[in-house]
Amino acid sequence: MTLTRLLKTREAMLAVAIALMLALIASRFPAFVAPGNLVAVFNDTAPLIILALGQMVVILTRCIDLSVAATLALTGMVVAMLNLALPDLPVAAILAVAVALGCGLGMVNGLLVWKLDIPPIVVTLGTMTIYRGTAFLISGGKWVNAHEMSDAFKAFPRAQILGLPVMSWIAILVVVLLAVLLSRTETGRAFYAAGGNPDAATYAGIDVGRTRFLAFALSGALAGLVGYLWVARYAVAYVDLAAGFELDVVAACVIGGVAIMGGVGSVAGAVLGALFLGVIKNALPVINVSPFWQMAISGAAIIIAVILNAKAGRTRGRIILRQAEAAR
Amino acid sequence: MTDMNLTREAVRAIPDRLEHPARRALKSWETLLLAVAVAIFIANSFASPYFLDPWNLSDATFNFTEKAMIAFAMALLIIAGEIDLSVASTIALASTAMGAAAQVGVGTPGLVAIGLAVSLACGAFNGALVTGLGLPSIVVTIGTMSLYRGISYIVLGDQAYRGYPADFAWFGQGYAFWVISVEFVLFALFALLFGILLHATNFGRAVYAIGNNATAAAFSGIRVERVKFILFLLTGLMSGVAAVCLTSRLGSTRPSIAMGWELEVVTMVVLGGVSILGGAGSIPGVVIAAFVMGLVTFGLGLLNVPGIVMSIVIGALLIAVIALPRLWRKWRG
Repeated sequence: MTLTRLLKTREAMLAVAIALMLALIASRFPAFVAPGNLVAVFNDTAPLIILALGQMVVILTRCIDLSVAATLALTGMVVAMLNLALPDLPVAAILAVAVALGCGLGMVNGLLVWKLDIPPIVVTLGTMTIYRGTAFLISGGKWVNAHEMSDAFKAFPRAQILGLPVMSWIAILVVVLLAVLLSRTETGRAFYAAGGNPDAATYAGIDVGRTRFLAFALSGALAGLVGYLWVARYAVAYVDLAAGFELDVVAACVIGGVAIMGGVGSVAGAVLGALFLGVIKNALPVINVSPFWQMAISGAAIIIAVILNAKAGRTRGRIILRQAEAAR
Repeated sequence: MTDMNLTREAVRAIPDRLEHPARRALKSWETLLLAVAVAIFIANSFASPYFLDPWNLSDATFNFTEKAMIAFAMALLIIAGEIDLSVASTIALASTAMGAAAQVGVGTPGLVAIGLAVSLACGAFNGALVTGLGLPSIVVTIGTMSLYRGISYIVLGDQAYRGYPADFAWFGQGYAFWVISVEFVLFALFALLFGILLHATNFGRAVYAIGNNATAAAFSGIRVERVKFILFLLTGLMSGVAAVCLTSRLGSTRPSIAMGWELEVVTMVVLGGVSILGGAGSIPGVVIAAFVMGLVTFGLGLLNVPGIVMSIVIGALLIAVIALPRLWRKWRG
């Protein structure tokens, strides 16, 4: 890929946009770009990055998962109550429960899409309310507060390793794993194929339904993982945890150039899309704009991004092939 | 949404002989739904001694009239193969505009005009992005869902608008005669209008044609993009009518008004037998679905079931009504 073409990619445009934004903020508020603060911004965006990667895989297969925030809330509530009941349970076990439960909830979505052919948007709109409602049923609407959680439970995501909190390291680990999965494995290629052209994928011997099921399971597992990290980091669990966060997750993907019709998207794009929203969210209070602006800004960003995506899709044509060529 | 499901296009079997119309009507989704509605009605009247009171039943209608009015327009949009997830946010924006106008002393006719104009503009913006730029409606309206409600949050923050003129309360709190509320009359009127539009006009046929095969419809001389644009306008407009009714009923506007209604509206439409893939559905089905959902929520309310548990029931209903026929077909081979 030549340098000029590289600069025209969505990833490069986003990176430049984020750099410009940081430069603009830094010109008035230099403290914002201090390394310590940038680490804080990244750490704050880590949940969005992890969820956006799971969502991207689902969207790649021409589906959508609107239940991620509800999965996060239900898993978060379950592990918080588990911690309340068994304070001595090690964090490793908690992590395993969170990932397994999230994966299970994602598999329910995936099975409904795979075996019953129900449109993903209907399935996940339904499970979104069911999962969050279940969080209410098991908790009775009560909160699990900081003083009720064990110290080890709360300390894990904040622990520092080489100057970065564990939460950030987990995000980086997920980024690396997803990058390998999508570019180096058969399953990863199947995600692209199932969404890029389901008919062709079927003829190529890929089980499209099963691939979608795997995508939902992965998205659910990541949402479960974030469920624990979120509850532990903010040291509180309640029913409305991360309400509406699924929209930010979809927004990060769309901004990152993931095509909603499937088959197009990259790990770098989704990560930069999430960072774009994360920088805006963290910058608003610094530049003295009311946080109430955030919702409208992400809405506008989604619309602008989807317009750009459509334009790019028209001119660039078949992305899958080109990526496959570049990967060789 | 249409080409999301190319692989699922089942081969259409053409029967040698059609069944008798009465037999077909008996086996239809609407009949099944009606039976469910009657069953819930009877169950409710046994479950709570307060259920059969005419005023209580009248109160029960407020659970669904506003949502159903949006659902009629949404049904046409979904039949045509598109979707609008921004309806609840459109209510928020229209209500905020009405609230702002009421603060400077605009009278009731002016408020209604402003509410409808803002929601029409919201629908036009959605429609222009989808039909003009050829963008997928689901992403566009997820975007405008954030945008419209986001603007309400910018305007209102954590504040609320009150102080609507006294006669503005007529839409949401007035009664046409005895226990029949103004909202219920509007609901019946729009049910009739949308029923005629979908089932008895060229426009309605065009909506079905587009939902079944947009390319074939275009080659048959249907202006696909224009019909879709009009449907987005209608959905926006009906969100405006709902905004007027809801604002009038609550007497105040917060940016969180009608939060999550898009889910309930879509559920109502799908429960009413409209295919989420487009091309099939009816207004009578949506009307019965509205009653079913209203009766379920009201009955559960009388039994002191909390709202979030009702939303579980609604979510499960949404999946079950689509899953059960498919399971049935699978089981029968």
